[in-house]
Amino acid sequence: MKQVNKSIPKIDGMGLAKGKPAFTDDLTDSNAIIVKVLRSPHAFARIKNINVDKAVKYPGVECVFTHKDVPRNVFTRAGQGYPEPSPKDKFILDEYVRYVGDEVAVVAATTDEIADQAMKLIEVEYEVFEAVLDFEKAENNKSVIHPEKESYTMFPMGFDASKNIACTYDMHIGDVDEVLKNSEVVLDKTYYTQAQAHVAIETHSSTAYIDHYERLNIITSTQTPVHLRRIIGEALGMPINKIRVVKPRVGGAFGGKQQIHGELFCALVTLKTGRPSKCIYSRKEVFESSFSRHAMRLNIKIGADKTGRLKAIDLRVLSDTGAYGEHALTVFMIAGSKTLPLYNKVEAVRFGGIVVYTNHTPGGAYRGYGAIQGNFALESAMDELADKLNIDPIQLREMNMIKEGETSEIFKIMGEGGEGTAQIIESCKLDYCLKRGSEMIKWNSKYLHKKINADKVRGIGMAIAMQGSGIPNMDMGAASLKLNDDGFFNLLIGATDLGTGSDTILAQIAAETLNVPVEDIVVYASDSDLTPFDCGAYASSTTFVSGNGVRKTAEKMKNLIISEGAKHLQINVEDTIFDGKTIKSKDGEKSISLKEISKGWLYHYGQGQEQLIASDSYVGKKSPPPYMAGFVEVEVDTKTGHFDILDYTAVVDCGTTINPKLALGQMEGGLLQGIGMAVYEDVKYNKYGQMLTNNLMNYKIPTREDVPNINVEFADSYEPSGPYGAKSVGEIGIDTPPAAISNAIFNAVGVRINDLPITPEKILMAMKKKEQKK
Amino acid sequence: MKINLKINNQDKIIDIRPDEMLLEVLRKNGCLSVKHGCDTGSCGACTVLLDGKPILSCSYFAAKADGHSVTTVEGVQNKVEKISKYLVDEGSVQCGFCVPGLVLTTMGMEKELNNPTEDEINHYLSGNLCRCTGYVSHTRAIKKYLEDKK
Repeated sequence: MKQVNKSIPKIDGMGLAKGKPAFTDDLTDSNAIIVKVLRSPHAFARIKNINVDKAVKYPGVECVFTHKDVPRNVFTRAGQGYPEPSPKDKFILDEYVRYVGDEVAVVAATTDEIADQAMKLIEVEYEVFEAVLDFEKAENNKSVIHPEKESYTMFPMGFDASKNIACTYDMHIGDVDEVLKNSEVVLDKTYYTQAQAHVAIETHSSTAYIDHYERLNIITSTQTPVHLRRIIGEALGMPINKIRVVKPRVGGAFGGKQQIHGELFCALVTLKTGRPSKCIYSRKEVFESSFSRHAMRLNIKIGADKTGRLKAIDLRVLSDTGAYGEHALTVFMIAGSKTLPLYNKVEAVRFGGIVVYTNHTPGGAYRGYGAIQGNFALESAMDELADKLNIDPIQLREMNMIKEGETSEIFKIMGEGGEGTAQIIESCKLDYCLKRGSEMIKWNSKYLHKKINADKVRGIGMAIAMQGSGIPNMDMGAASLKLNDDGFFNLLIGATDLGTGSDTILAQIAAETLNVPVEDIVVYASDSDLTPFDCGAYASSTTFVSGNGVRKTAEKMKNLIISEGAKHLQINVEDTIFDGKTIKSKDGEKSISLKEISKGWLYHYGQGQEQLIASDSYVGKKSPPPYMAGFVEVEVDTKTGHFDILDYTAVVDCGTTINPKLALGQMEGGLLQGIGMAVYEDVKYNKYGQMLTNNLMNYKIPTREDVPNINVEFADSYEPSGPYGAKSVGEIGIDTPPAAISNAIFNAVGVRINDLPITPEKILMAMKKKEQKK
Repeated sequence: MKINLKINNQDKIIDIRPDEMLLEVLRKNGCLSVKHGCDTGSCGACTVLLDGKPILSCSYFAAKADGHSVTTVEGVQNKVEKISKYLVDEGSVQCGFCVPGLVLTTMGMEKELNNPTEDEINHYLSGNLCRCTGYVSHTRAIKKYLEDKK
């Protein structure tokens, strides 16, 4: 492989570093009207009266919208497949406001200051209701968060708004109760995972204008341009052939931009005024009024025999989707479907639970997407079992985990909101990951713990994880390649680079297939008018799904060059080869360079002139999981509970790394986000439902001073169904830190923190409690 | 009100509002590399050099910059390219939104610290947040850059 498995520089890296205007707010018309949103101060209320007269008359105000002025079409803001697996429970603006920060009115003015002033002039009278702020008390609460008649789901998912239930799901294989009853050891534990904020450094940004064809153009920082076009059309009740969505560079996303945000408001304003508009969220709005990770309660029962062979796993989940149901069902299902197949040798397995509405900021897509929550419960419980049975945690996993050539029935049963797709695991180097990782961190000499001095103890812990590679039989990635004179190509892709480097690795895949230098592949991506369909960047899909789409497209182009080249050289197609530079007969007698023939095809072959263009698409027949083992060493101060993470070691099987440096970046970034969730980050509310952590002073993401030694290695692995053997790598890195760190803390000081984040305070309190019991 | 501001070595007389922050004034004057990331001076994406020293332009009144010299990456493209080559080679320009600010702070660090240790580097740059990379590739790149410069 010449172009693949090679760490070429990210093709847009230097331009971005040099500050070229590339992000939404950089590309906005300087005369754009400023769009701002008046937001609810109440967690749950009905707008009894709203008077915008003073605001409308304020000089410089262009227009004001309330729920009375906008189409009342129900939709979901989740950018997912279609039919959408999220409840349709959102209106552009509604008479009900369901969380602090929910939209009340949209104001458009010539400047920021005028828009701010105008918002103050809007008079709103609310009927305030009792809010549902404890997700464990949401079901059947007397406060019904979605009393409206219109909300519905596109297929049955247990949606029952009268009970505050967004969706439910249950599955089982075998008789779990019976197997648990007959198990020699049964573990029954409950874990809690918190809401986490994405904190992409670019806030949600969008701009809109009407072009000279009188079509609505939206430039927006999104992961899913085509879903966005569909949703905007649905919400506004306008044909989507009147809408173009362009994704420029995106300043980080992590799932946060897999929902629509200000795009609708820009669209409303621009359609009404005919003028360009822009809506740039403040950091406070991103925290309060976008989305965060679904908080969950996970109850897990594991049955095993005394030697550590797992017999049954029963995972029951309660998930908090907040005020609206974006990704409610799918995130919740993935807590099971992307964790439980790790242990495929059980006799019985059960997964189920409910997702409830509360008056919190909505839950949404976030890297890991349920798997990190499920992983915390499963991999913490595995260590609890190991402790109970006095077995080394690595050995317990080795005995029970999935191996190459095996399958799990869960793949067939659980999919993206519905049935899944059966698959045999053709690449799984978990055994190597465990072996290598334990060597790297020196498990054998460090397990279980080591006393450093009178107060400090070091502990070591680990966890394994899996993710997926796209959604099989549903999500599609397509590409086109166009040959230009001088023999270079335009690669047009719908795939959505969020800073992940997908433009680069997709160019590498095209270059590899055509056997040309990457410089000869010019990428243009994510423009709903110009690029082929791609579902977008989510579900760890781009490398595998879009990558296969690009590979197929490049193969088509190669065949086209050969067949059309054969015609020109007047030789048989079967006797023609193309080596990336030259088209020639096998005997070498006739040949022409790509540079020359491409000029001829476009300029001077007369009736032989033609544009060579190839396009193909790919839908996965399977979703090969990447796997990893994560190991962590912590040092705990037994006097204070304070702890430092000394070392995080990860060994990853993501198949071939198309670009090893960029894959490493995905892993390192994912690990630190996972560490952030494990120990620092927590979206908190007060008793009124107001978010306490609505800025970067109160919500702390890791800084570069918080980074432990991070050591990542990739296993030598090849996934036959992937492009050049590749699987995904975008999400897997985030999954292990919560469980691995919790396990390490337990191994250090003997207390287990079952509710995230793991803080010194919780550790100290648990240690005191344990001492009192003695 | 009017202020005298030298932006990237060009003297300008700029009409501002008294309450305007330097960040907005710079963006209005074509320095689009200066980014708005938070509202609390927490993220570092708006970093610029004021008389050669890194400051957060989101929380610096434009009026206070009257008579001073501001540098953004637009004004030091060659230097930025030198540092960024190391960042790009390490794969540490992911979304890139925070990178102009990071590069300018690195330039400030070069002036202030002689032979900084890894801890000193991370301390000096800690105000420049990045959510994509996990920072480790930044550190590798900047260490290499400083090493090669010797």
